[in-house]
Amino acid sequence: MADSTFAVPDLAAVEVHGTTREAFLVRGALAAVAVAGVGAAGPFVNQAFGASTPSATGDLGILNFALTLEYLESYFYNTVAKTAGLSGEAKSLAALIAGHEAAHVAGLTAAIKGAGGTPVTSPKFKFPASTKTQKGFLALASVLENTGVSAYNGQGPLLMSKAILATAGQIVQVEARHAAAINYMIGLSPTPAKGGGAFDTPLSKAAVLKAVTPLLA
Amino acid sequence: MPNALNEEAGPRPVAAMEVLARDPSERKKFLKMVGRNVGGAAAASSFAVFLAACGSSKKSSTATTTSTPATSTPSGGANAGDITIVNYALTLEYLETEFYKKVVKSGLFSGPTQSLLQTIAAQEQQHVDALKHAAVTLGGTPAAKVVGKFPVTSAAQVAKLAAVVENLGASAYLGQAANIVNPEILASALAIHTVEARHAAILNTLNKLSITPDGAFAKPADMATVLAAVKPFLP
Repeated sequence: MADSTFAVPDLAAVEVHGTTREAFLVRGALAAVAVAGVGAAGPFVNQAFGASTPSATGDLGILNFALTLEYLESYFYNTVAKTAGLSGEAKSLAALIAGHEAAHVAGLTAAIKGAGGTPVTSPKFKFPASTKTQKGFLALASVLENTGVSAYNGQGPLLMSKAILATAGQIVQVEARHAAAINYMIGLSPTPAKGGGAFDTPLSKAAVLKAVTPLLA
Repeated sequence: MPNALNEEAGPRPVAAMEVLARDPSERKKFLKMVGRNVGGAAAASSFAVFLAACGSSKKSSTATTTSTPATSTPSGGANAGDITIVNYALTLEYLETEFYKKVVKSGLFSGPTQSLLQTIAAQEQQHVDALKHAAVTLGGTPAAKVVGKFPVTSAAQVAKLAAVVENLGASAYLGQAANIVNPEILASALAIHTVEARHAAILNTLNKLSITPDGAFAKPADMATVLAAVKPFLP
């Protein structure tokens, strides 16, 4: 199946219409790839972060941002999955991922406390009716996992603590494995949709939050 | 398509490699290869920086937002450590690229699997290109191309080896993330890291292994572990 079908329309829209500096950087970088081809992927990543500095909210802000995403994923796989009519391999995969996302919530909560911070509480979530079917559930799972990968990759260079960066790396690798498995299961390319798929596009915090906001009740 | 998604079910390909003995002379040989073009003092000092960084990767850095890590080092420049890491990654990507090129030409695969392997081959080549660019951007010289020696005997053997290679690659990138100083290089490394993880997950699936052999938190591999694992494939 062509890479172009592995689209994340919500995120693409955010990138196009975003007004934050980060969204501008990402949009410009994607445009560079569109014009110059996949060979521009490395430079485009550099461009996106070349002018950035560690986030003003600091590591704790990033960790709480990650925790919020993990709350969403954990709820999705642990609760929404129960009403999605899953069966067979899809059910097994969702169950496997459910355990991982719950572990990520616990791990990030511990990391935040360890860094002297206060973990945010979970927002309430609202998922579209499309998730009542296995097909709809898996389609959204793909969006969430791929967004999660981009979110972690986007925040990684903004982390001050190397220990926290190492932990985030351990989590994002697992998110990437989830993303690949789900994409593969539903007939999409297991690697990123952009360019030749050799690089995961980083996303800014603002862009990711906009993408998941419709799901926050 | 077949899946082996049980967390506890699959053996861990990388774990098998982790038991390999560490061999200082082989490590030196590999590093000499990696650092061949970095230049005398810079290469030596960059490796020293790298080793130091390896030893303290779990140490929490200062939380003060005003600190700027490693803006200057006495010799080899601020980028020396990053250049070593980039050339280390580049060397691994050379090996991967050559392996997949050989696999794609082998005639052992067809259909969707051949297509997947071609895609991965092309992506590894893109990683090579990006890392070469990164080495130059840092003021270094990209490591010379390495031609590995990989056995390609049967579809099952290749699939198994590919899974080992990809899981090892993912753990190698993960092992270096916290050692990278330059945020642009880190961003590039992270962008590659997760693609290696995706490759690993799919190849594990093809081998009926767990997509996440380490569970919820992937395990990093340090340089010594990775070097021991790739030793059999070096020229």
